Amino acid sequence: MALFALRRLLLSIPLLIGITFVSYVVISLAPGGPLDFLTPEDPNASPEVKERLVKEFGLDRPIHVQYWHWLKRAVRLDFGRSFLPDGRPVLSKIGERLPVTLFLNIIELAIIVGLAVPIGVLSATRQHSLYDKITTVFVFVGFATPDFWLALLLMILFGVQLGWLPISGLRSLNWEYLTFWQQQWDFFSHLVLPIVVATFGGLAGFSRYMRQSMLEVVRQDYVQTARAKGLTERVVISKHALRNALLPVVTILALALPGLIGGSVIIESIFAIPGMGQLMVQSVFSRDYPVVMGNLVIVASLTLVANLVADITYGLVDPRIRFGGRRGRRS
Amino acid sequence: MATRRARVRALLVWAAGLATACNGPIESRTDESVAAGPPAYGDTFIQASIGDIGGLIPSLTSDQSSHEVGGLIYDGLVKQDKDLNLAPAMAQSWTYSPNCLELTFKLRHDVKWHDDYPFTADDVVFTYEAMINPKTPAPFKEGFLLVKEAKALDPYTVQIRYDKPYARAVETWSSTMLPKHLLQSFADAGTMRESPQNSQPVGTGPYRFQEWKPGEKVVLLANPDYYEGRPYLSRIVYRVIPSQATIFLELKANGVDYVSSLTGIQYKRQTEYPAFRKAYHKFRYPGGDYTFLGFNLKDPRFADPRVRQAFAHAIDKRELIDGVRLGLATEANGPMRPGTWAYTDDVKRYEYDPAKAKALLAEAGWKDRDGDGVVKDRDGKPFTLTIRTNQGNDERKKIAEIVQQRLKEIGIQADIQLIEWAAFIKEFIKPRRFEVVVLGLGTGSDPDQYVVWHSSQRGPDQMNRTGYANEEVDRLLEAGRASCVQKERVHYYRRIQEILAEDLPMIFLFYRDSLPAVAARIHGVNPAPAGILYNFEKWYVPKAQQRYTSG
Repeated sequence: MALFALRRLLLSIPLLIGITFVSYVVISLAPGGPLDFLTPEDPNASPEVKERLVKEFGLDRPIHVQYWHWLKRAVRLDFGRSFLPDGRPVLSKIGERLPVTLFLNIIELAIIVGLAVPIGVLSATRQHSLYDKITTVFVFVGFATPDFWLALLLMILFGVQLGWLPISGLRSLNWEYLTFWQQQWDFFSHLVLPIVVATFGGLAGFSRYMRQSMLEVVRQDYVQTARAKGLTERVVISKHALRNALLPVVTILALALPGLIGGSVIIESIFAIPGMGQLMVQSVFSRDYPVVMGNLVIVASLTLVANLVADITYGLVDPRIRFGGRRGRRS
Repeated sequence: MATRRARVRALLVWAAGLATACNGPIESRTDESVAAGPPAYGDTFIQASIGDIGGLIPSLTSDQSSHEVGGLIYDGLVKQDKDLNLAPAMAQSWTYSPNCLELTFKLRHDVKWHDDYPFTADDVVFTYEAMINPKTPAPFKEGFLLVKEAKALDPYTVQIRYDKPYARAVETWSSTMLPKHLLQSFADAGTMRESPQNSQPVGTGPYRFQEWKPGEKVVLLANPDYYEGRPYLSRIVYRVIPSQATIFLELKANGVDYVSSLTGIQYKRQTEYPAFRKAYHKFRYPGGDYTFLGFNLKDPRFADPRVRQAFAHAIDKRELIDGVRLGLATEANGPMRPGTWAYTDDVKRYEYDPAKAKALLAEAGWKDRDGDGVVKDRDGKPFTLTIRTNQGNDERKKIAEIVQQRLKEIGIQADIQLIEWAAFIKEFIKPRRFEVVVLGLGTGSDPDQYVVWHSSQRGPDQMNRTGYANEEVDRLLEAGRASCVQKERVHYYRRIQEILAEDLPMIFLFYRDSLPAVAARIHGVNPAPAGILYNFEKWYVPKAQQRYTSG
């Protein structure tokens, strides 16, 4: 097992290099460059400044040379400085955005899992019941509702009409003047809407997975056996069926890991939350290569790690995969 | 806010999206509130901005937000006053030598940097040297590069010398002045972007920097030692809200005190209810950016002035303004902002007249020869073209659609193509691979538009995008640029407007109106040709109406 993990880990190094190289080339090929945004379409912008910056950023060299220089520094975790006029180090730009996004996404994921599992289990165990039908409708409505639309509706209702919740941002502007508990409440009330909106769509998908997986498990022989033993339905479901039904769901969870960092552009923009999603989109639009690449490396590494974790969990629970690994080693 | 200073410099920007300029009062729609109390210090002013600032040394940035915030932290030697003229700021006065080659500024003696250092002529000379330093990545340095020499005659007198007269000399010095005592070493090393000044700026302006939370907000505090007197509003919060819809909802919930421009539909319909009128004052004035339909004059079909005139007669500007802007725009007949000293009304106009348009086309050899409704040349080749504009600008898309319809009436078949901004500029505008485009151009406080119309400016990286060339216009532009006497210059620029209206290198469509809204508790807002922000330091909230407690 350890060898299997090690092998996968080693394999991910060339994979990571490949990903970053392709990304570097693609972003460089995108029309326009960082200079078009720093020195805009303005007659008073001097061409000489452009040349100067092209040199300073090293954009006059061929792409593979640029990439090599980037890689050499990236290996030492030096992702350089942003091309934007603030000229700040990429890592500090990412660092100040990451906690918010991480925090929001972890809460979201926890709520999604916490709600989706019971919803899915209940609708699987009562397949074709009224409850199942209602949740099915709810789930498809959730799938079909665009984030931004739901967000605006909720903002209008709770923010403008009722005035119960703040519309955007993470803190009130008089935050510094509040007492400790008021501050906690203030922060919490700002989180309600974004989390509700983000959870709504995710909940739909996840509860479907859960239902599906549960439906498969309850048809298995060992569940019949448990029932035949005379166990109560509650014990059969929660002890025997649920544990097995959760396995594929754990894999999906592992794959959701990189999403924790990515952040949602739509939700962050509409609620004015300064998170990773916004940073990524802004840096792509302004062709801020160092920030884009820094972001990509983090997301790509996490995706690879998540894949690895998923594979290992699979391996742990499913003997077929482990054997596959051994055969691979022998050949 | 403080766009006045920013705009002085950022002229003639080929506007990608929604520009926000504010000039020339037409109306302010308000429910007159109860009598205001006397001016009082205090309260917090919350402004929403769609984009974050790029940095805190405005000279190094080119985005609107940075210049707005920078305009409050920093000052220039001169500024734009309410009538769009240049007025003293940190300079008390300036004089030209008779030959226009020497410009002397007398500085105020009472200006201090926010860290209590006195502001002197050395700072001015330093700013000049830093700006022309090739290591300084400042996007707008042309005005400084034309200076031959800048020297301090005494601590409060600066003399600037030019090789040849430069009409926009004074305007150059509306630029942000930079603190020598904090930036000298960084400027020499070419590392100004990484200096503390770029994250903890020290300026001379009405507001001191408090904090910048990237992507979230910038907070400024009133400068009690400001040389024009402490500003009334004590604290400014510049909130970054990247969604236009959210900004509007915050406005409806009284979460922000100012937006620089409502959309037409917001102005006309969505804010027309009693609670909003009570909470906000709306303003409307023609902005400084015009939208146009530009021809590629390299295209032989558009080289014929009769074809361009036919297009002008086929297009109904009123219809465009009503349909696209809900009437919230001012018809444009030339590239000078109405209300400025160089502007003239007295130019040729092209009324909507499809019959005349058809006749002009026929004269130019384009006739409907087989009765299928499409005009063709002698060889039977139909007149087809593509109208291009940038993606994401709904107004321009609608203009293209209306124009398409109108061209069909005179027998011209037009397609529409929308292209992402960067690709549009790189693939179509710069190599001049277009037939007709819908775009916008900004105007500055000075009428010098040499770079847009002079025949020497037709290169791929230059701004004469239509490829316009007219010897008389060239001469007038040169003369206008080389004089520092406004009375002389008026004639040159009026004549240029007349010729452009005859030649029609582009069809000037309209100047979009600026539609800002300001919270009703803010008093002292006086619309003028320059908009409303020119006297921002004098805005106040009477004690009884103050909403936030703040420093």
